[in-house]
Amino acid sequence: MNRYPLWKNLLVLIAIVGGGLIALPNIYGADPAVLISREGQGEISEMEADSARRALAVAGIEILGARQHGNSLLIRFDSVEAQLSARDLLKEQLGPAYSLALDLVPRTPDWVAALGLKPMSLGLDLQGGVHFLFEVNTDLVVAKRVEGYADDFSRRLREAGIRRTVQPLEGAVRVELRRREDLEQAEDLLAEIEPDLTYDSGFDGEGAWITATLGEARLRELRDNAVSKNITILRNRVNELGVAEPLVQRQGLERIVVQLPGVQDPAQASRILGSTATVEFRMTCYEENALDADRLGRAPLGCELQYHTEGYPILLRRAVIADGGQLVDARQGFDENGQPAVHVNLAARGADAMLEATQENLNRPMGVLFIETKRELDERGETVLREEKTVISDAIIRGVFSSRFQITGLNVVDARDLALLLRAGALEAPIFKVEERTVGPSLGQDNIDQGMRAILVGLFLVVLFISVYYRVFGMIATMALAANMVLIVALLSLLQASLTLPGIAGIVLTVGMAVDANVLIFERIREELRNGNSPQASIRAGYEKALVTIADANITTLIAAIVLFTFGTGPIKGFAITLSLGILMSMFTAIVGTRAVVNLVYGRRRLNRLAV
Amino acid sequence: MELLRLRREIDFFGQRRIATILSVVLVLVSLGSLATRQLNLGIDFTGGVLLEVGYRADADLGQIRSDLAAAGYADAQVQNFGAARDVLIRIPPRETIDAEGVGEELLGVLRAGGEQVDLRRVEFVGPQVGQELTERGGLAVLFALLMILLYVMFRFQWKFAVGSVAALAHDVIIILGIFSLFQLPFDLTILAAALAVIGYSLNDTIVVFDRIRENFRRIRTSNAQAVMNTSVNQMLGRTVITSLTTLLVLIALFLFGGEALKGFSSALIIGVVVGTYSSIYVAGNTALALNVSTADLLPPKKETANDGAVT
Repeated sequence: MNRYPLWKNLLVLIAIVGGGLIALPNIYGADPAVLISREGQGEISEMEADSARRALAVAGIEILGARQHGNSLLIRFDSVEAQLSARDLLKEQLGPAYSLALDLVPRTPDWVAALGLKPMSLGLDLQGGVHFLFEVNTDLVVAKRVEGYADDFSRRLREAGIRRTVQPLEGAVRVELRRREDLEQAEDLLAEIEPDLTYDSGFDGEGAWITATLGEARLRELRDNAVSKNITILRNRVNELGVAEPLVQRQGLERIVVQLPGVQDPAQASRILGSTATVEFRMTCYEENALDADRLGRAPLGCELQYHTEGYPILLRRAVIADGGQLVDARQGFDENGQPAVHVNLAARGADAMLEATQENLNRPMGVLFIETKRELDERGETVLREEKTVISDAIIRGVFSSRFQITGLNVVDARDLALLLRAGALEAPIFKVEERTVGPSLGQDNIDQGMRAILVGLFLVVLFISVYYRVFGMIATMALAANMVLIVALLSLLQASLTLPGIAGIVLTVGMAVDANVLIFERIREELRNGNSPQASIRAGYEKALVTIADANITTLIAAIVLFTFGTGPIKGFAITLSLGILMSMFTAIVGTRAVVNLVYGRRRLNRLAV
Repeated sequence: MELLRLRREIDFFGQRRIATILSVVLVLVSLGSLATRQLNLGIDFTGGVLLEVGYRADADLGQIRSDLAAAGYADAQVQNFGAARDVLIRIPPRETIDAEGVGEELLGVLRAGGEQVDLRRVEFVGPQVGQELTERGGLAVLFALLMILLYVMFRFQWKFAVGSVAALAHDVIIILGIFSLFQLPFDLTILAAALAVIGYSLNDTIVVFDRIRENFRRIRTSNAQAVMNTSVNQMLGRTVITSLTTLLVLIALFLFGGEALKGFSSALIIGVVVGTYSSIYVAGNTALALNVSTADLLPPKKETANDGAVT
């Protein structure tokens, strides 16, 4: 007789029922939606929501519902077309102070949501959106740090009355002393300022030299910090963009992945995310003649020659009053002449400096320098970084101010973009896009539809075939296959791993391969029957003997799937995840699951023949 | 119902010579094509820009080509993608690293004639990322083969391990060869398919090996070829049924999964067919050529005693 102990039957039952419940949120599907949020994250008021609703009603776009979602307003539609036209309409109606994002909102009923159950998240290729891979250039951070050390050393040595030249090198600072006898004092002084550096020294003719080197660990820490800070800044920027469920994640040592579901304007997103733009506020060298300096190609001491966006030369003081890093807030607005402006709010430190500068320089011009780091190829074909600087405004200081003022003259950059960038903070190190993938929402929907159709057709063909070929046992295998699908979906929902198009392919492939375990078992049972064994004994022997084979075969496939997962990037990983989950689940459903059903059907009686 | 009710065993290994010649020819042709024609690598590996757009009516590819050429993209490859309205444009990597907004620019060029063009997909891959991917992909295939070699050595015996890895290498080379010979676009998903084939074909090989091991222990004969032949015959039903169910879903994927999965599913279809053949012939023949014998598979002493009691 073939019977399962109660606990095994219960295990199967619990797995199926539990899996079914966890997978439940997925059957309700999702509505395309538009997420409206205000620039700078104020709450959307009831009045604003009403005007949005009215605008849509006038245009004849039907909405399924609208509700508050955090500080944003979420409006649901019945089709992607309605969603897209609503987005375009609202963008026009509401103006630039609002940001609009496309989203997919699950239709999960309240009682399911109350259990804390969520549907699988969909990958970008299924719901549309942008994927960026940025590379962080940390060389610049190291170079800046080294320059900082060099400045410090030079100043402290000068204060100690030691004659020297200080030169920043790659990852090191070289100090050359005029007099040999200064060496000991200089070394002590440097070691006191920066005890973390590695020092080396020697005599050189009349003088002496010291090199201070940043160790491997220090360099790694610098680079690591730069990447981490960049991730924080990128998160801020993404939040400012108003994306529904963004992902900002480190990949490897110096790369950052940014995924923005629903974003349809990759150009704007890319411009904002990758922007290295910042501003500096400096006094102008008003007493010098900028035109002379331009003609000579040389700026007077303490001044720097720059050009206004309109082309004329300006001399700026080297000393910076305040920079983008000291801003606490920046908003887009208009100046008294109706020209676009950015209203900024300085933090205490910058505000003090600004107050002092404006008191001393009343009625003199102050310059706003816009700085952007660009990547270019030099004549040897190597990548070089170049800072592009332009003076965007050189207004006369009309009154004393400290923390609050405005930047005007923004014809070169969009006031909205600049305000956003200043608010989110400047990147620690410049980043460059090395990969971009954008999927439009219509393609995403097509991918879902086609993927689902492929699964259903494949499932139907396999089920039809095995039911005819193995009769009752084939139908039992069909149940196992269905249970396998439910469990894969349940696990994906539980892990909140995104389902991608390759992931769907993995599920389809699993359908084909999951049957293999049952084919092995059933063929074995047939063989045992042919050898003249009784039906009950054949069932037992079939399951037992096939077990080793199934395990061996599946473990090797799992090895391949795990290698795929380890080496693969985004899309490949999705395939590897569903394939491995499918294989693991099929071991349970195809062996334990079918056996439980077979035992229930055949286990308790004497049999003369089997429908296999 | 049974598809295969064999009255007599098929003498699979009797035609070893023919199978060996066939495999060697296929592998040589594949390698030759890979050496001379290379693979038609997609932008995933080479870097570059790919743009998929949808027109409202059938697209005029010639017009698109000349528009792009006029805008300085004479090297653009333009082709239909699935439907006559959908167009795929590929632009090889350029000297300018900053591909900022190339997608927008191209879209601007296409829309210049006043046509309604929907942006369906833009992909930009930097040349460096592509190169890394190529290296990692190659490494992944080698690493998978190595892990599998170790596992089979641990579970069976080294002659079988060599046999199964020979079968896998055979499959991967032939898949790559077919993609090279017909210059089918080879992208990231095809690489995934090739790795999945490694898993699948191995599955097949292991199932046959498992039975061979069992029979070697049971039948105790010096005629290795006869044992292997019996084993393959016994597993033939299973091999054919599983290949068939897998092919059924793959054909569903090929027909209904959309353009994006066509390459992927066709690579797998080739892989399943070649993999089924190779797990019978290549894996078995290699093990035979290495003189696999009963002694190789005798279990450790203790189990032998049990075995003896049963037979």
